[in-house]
Amino acid sequence: MAVAGPRTLNLVRQNQASIQHVCSRASSWWSGVEMGPPDAILGVTEAFKRDTNPKKMNLGVGAYRDDNGKPFVLPSVRKAEELIVSQKLDKEYLPISGSAEFCKHAITLALGSDSPVIADGLNVTVQGISGTGALRIGSTFLSKFFPGAKNVWLPAPTWGNHVPIFKHVNMDVKQYRYYDPKTCGFDFSGAMEDISKIPKGSLIMLHACAHNPTGVDPKAEQWDEMSKVIKERELLPFFDMAYQGFASGDVAKDAYAVRKFLADGHKICLSQSFSKNMGLYGERAGAFTIVCNDKDEAARVLSQVKILIRPLYSNPPLHGARIVSTILSNPELNSIWLKDVKGMADRIINMRTKLKENLAKEGSIRDWSHITDQIGMFCFTGMTPDQVEKLTKRIFCVPDKGWTYLSCWYCFQ
Amino acid sequence: MATSRFADIQQAPPIEVFHVMKAFSDSTHEKKVNLSVGAYRTDEAKPWVLPVVRKVEAELAADMTLNHEYLPILGLESFSTAAAKMLLGATHPAITEGRMTSVQVLSGTGGLRIAAEFLHRILKYNTFYFSTPTWGNHRLIFTQAGFTDVKQYRYWDGKTKGLDFDGMIEDLQNAPENSVVILHACAHNPTGVDPTQDQWKKIADVMEERKLFPLFDSAYQGFASGDLDKDAWAVRLFAERGFEMIATQSFSKNFGLYNERIGNLMIIVKDPSVIIPMRSQITLLVRGSYSNPPSHGARIVSRVLNDEALFGEWKECIKIMSGRIIEMRKGLQERLEKLGTPGTWNHITAQIGMFSFTGLSAEQSKYLAEKYHIYLLSSGRINMCGLTTGNIDYVAEAINDAVCNVKA
Repeated sequence: MAVAGPRTLNLVRQNQASIQHVCSRASSWWSGVEMGPPDAILGVTEAFKRDTNPKKMNLGVGAYRDDNGKPFVLPSVRKAEELIVSQKLDKEYLPISGSAEFCKHAITLALGSDSPVIADGLNVTVQGISGTGALRIGSTFLSKFFPGAKNVWLPAPTWGNHVPIFKHVNMDVKQYRYYDPKTCGFDFSGAMEDISKIPKGSLIMLHACAHNPTGVDPKAEQWDEMSKVIKERELLPFFDMAYQGFASGDVAKDAYAVRKFLADGHKICLSQSFSKNMGLYGERAGAFTIVCNDKDEAARVLSQVKILIRPLYSNPPLHGARIVSTILSNPELNSIWLKDVKGMADRIINMRTKLKENLAKEGSIRDWSHITDQIGMFCFTGMTPDQVEKLTKRIFCVPDKGWTYLSCWYCFQ
Repeated sequence: MATSRFADIQQAPPIEVFHVMKAFSDSTHEKKVNLSVGAYRTDEAKPWVLPVVRKVEAELAADMTLNHEYLPILGLESFSTAAAKMLLGATHPAITEGRMTSVQVLSGTGGLRIAAEFLHRILKYNTFYFSTPTWGNHRLIFTQAGFTDVKQYRYWDGKTKGLDFDGMIEDLQNAPENSVVILHACAHNPTGVDPTQDQWKKIADVMEERKLFPLFDSAYQGFASGDLDKDAWAVRLFAERGFEMIATQSFSKNFGLYNERIGNLMIIVKDPSVIIPMRSQITLLVRGSYSNPPSHGARIVSRVLNDEALFGEWKECIKIMSGRIIEMRKGLQERLEKLGTPGTWNHITAQIGMFSFTGLSAEQSKYLAEKYHIYLLSSGRINMCGLTTGNIDYVAEAINDAVCNVKA
């Protein structure tokens, strides 16, 4: 289809009324609907599916794969599902805020069972449609009630979907430095410099662990420093925690930043996803939390959050949340789960190590230590778009910017 | 204590139906009756998980080939294709000519929200109409999606306890072009009053003439009359008339899958070539809202709709549910007429579906709650499913008392 040039478009615009009149009989409501841009990541999977090469690999999509390259249903999840079916529970509507049991277990996992925030009832925790849904509840609430400027400061780069989640609610997005392409690591001084210049009282988004897409996380001491400057700037930290347990294999370790910020007195927002750490991708289990000043404020905030959820989808889906709370509330299932998630994290860490070793064995003289320094599912390899294209043509499907998904790497003997 | 950013946030007004449900829940009276919630109840006043649903769930849990991978952004295709066929009929020209597209959504509410966002953001429509009264969430969904021109069309006639058809037609005739008109496909919520087939034809005439955009909210297909085709009659009429239109389908009631949030958003167009760009835009709306829909409910409905034997079992279930409701309607009307309760009560059996606008006033409703621990909405809306053979006498007597002794 030929693309209309500017002159043609102008003519069309000028004569719109008469054109519309002529076309009115055959006109459709939809004729002005433009094609939306394709999704970069899903486009890679499409290409992978079309590829007939037997050695093809998909290093694009963000879902865990086992050592045979297959999706993995966690043993703890299977057991929980059997248990749920045997209980023959009803299918009544959940409250708008979701399953209270699920919310309690989710926030306890995030903050620890000894959290004073939970003990004092300061958290408003509601069920969300996985991480995206939780973020959207957050962005919707903040767009309405956040007293500061309606902007969110995101790390550069960040998960692509952060942008539309905020833009859909008419918030602006800004960036602070995060990834250093020279070191393939964390640009700590750049981040600190930018954060210290963020206007006071603004909203800042932070990846709690296993930064997506770079795999680059601040060290504990660096988090401590960031907490101080964020406090000085009076910013509201919004943590996106999609990989608790899945990053290091240790749920407490992966929650370090979230817990430290709370201990330092920040009143945070938090979104949690159980897609990766429980392999519940398609069941959409997630939670959104705001930490409030006191119980009374928490009650008022909850009432407003519910008003925002109702016209989105009324109340959330239960199945995934039920699996999560069954696991987290049952000591036996919980300990099986902790092994399951450590197993996934260990396999990824193992693949990182092997990849780095094999690159050296292949004769690469480049410094590949960032592969093992980075953490979680994703790795910013440092490859250029040209190099990515070469790889894609040979065997692999890798998204444009050179990041690759680690758990899809087979274990080469 | 440090000042909080959120210190000025006010308590939001409570949503009535949840408030009333809580009042029922808190009540310890042994004869309490819940006539407020919008979910099916058995004759034992219990929730009912359809046997065919339990069967399929057990199969899914035992199926080791299944995993929990992400669905596509627009959901499970086998589900949405089957759902659309259920609504339009498998051989409908819109389907055979490739002019229909449908996507999985978060039940009825989710479908309405995505539809509203698409209509407002992409097509730039800003005027929407809903019936007086309508389901409480319609207004909120559309205004949150960005519509600012909020209009209503007359619907409920308090005098006849039926449809104010002339009022409705007049209001639609005065509607500006491109207004989105929310229509209840069947079993109007909250009144239970549906237009007759002739009335639907006239409504279609006016909407065609005034170039209004039909948006059908189909939450009760099969659940209203027990007959899937009958309950889809109005939607099919509009499709046959050549309207470009949207229908949202909920499987909460007819499958009893309330908490799995399974629904379908169906769009019919004139020109198939617009479907791809349209789907790409809806994709963006979904991605920024929840990325992709939940898998479980879709799998259940897809399995049932696509398997002849299971489909047959399910049709029996909807006959059971709709049959019990119709029986309770008959029973209540008979008892009120036998008691000589002032007024006419044939509207109870003329109305259809889960809900009935009894005609009781807010004062009378309050009286029923306080004296009899019978909980209904202040609009006089009752959920027929709250009635059982065990409590129908009690409720009839209470209504009789309220109508006789409490001023409307």
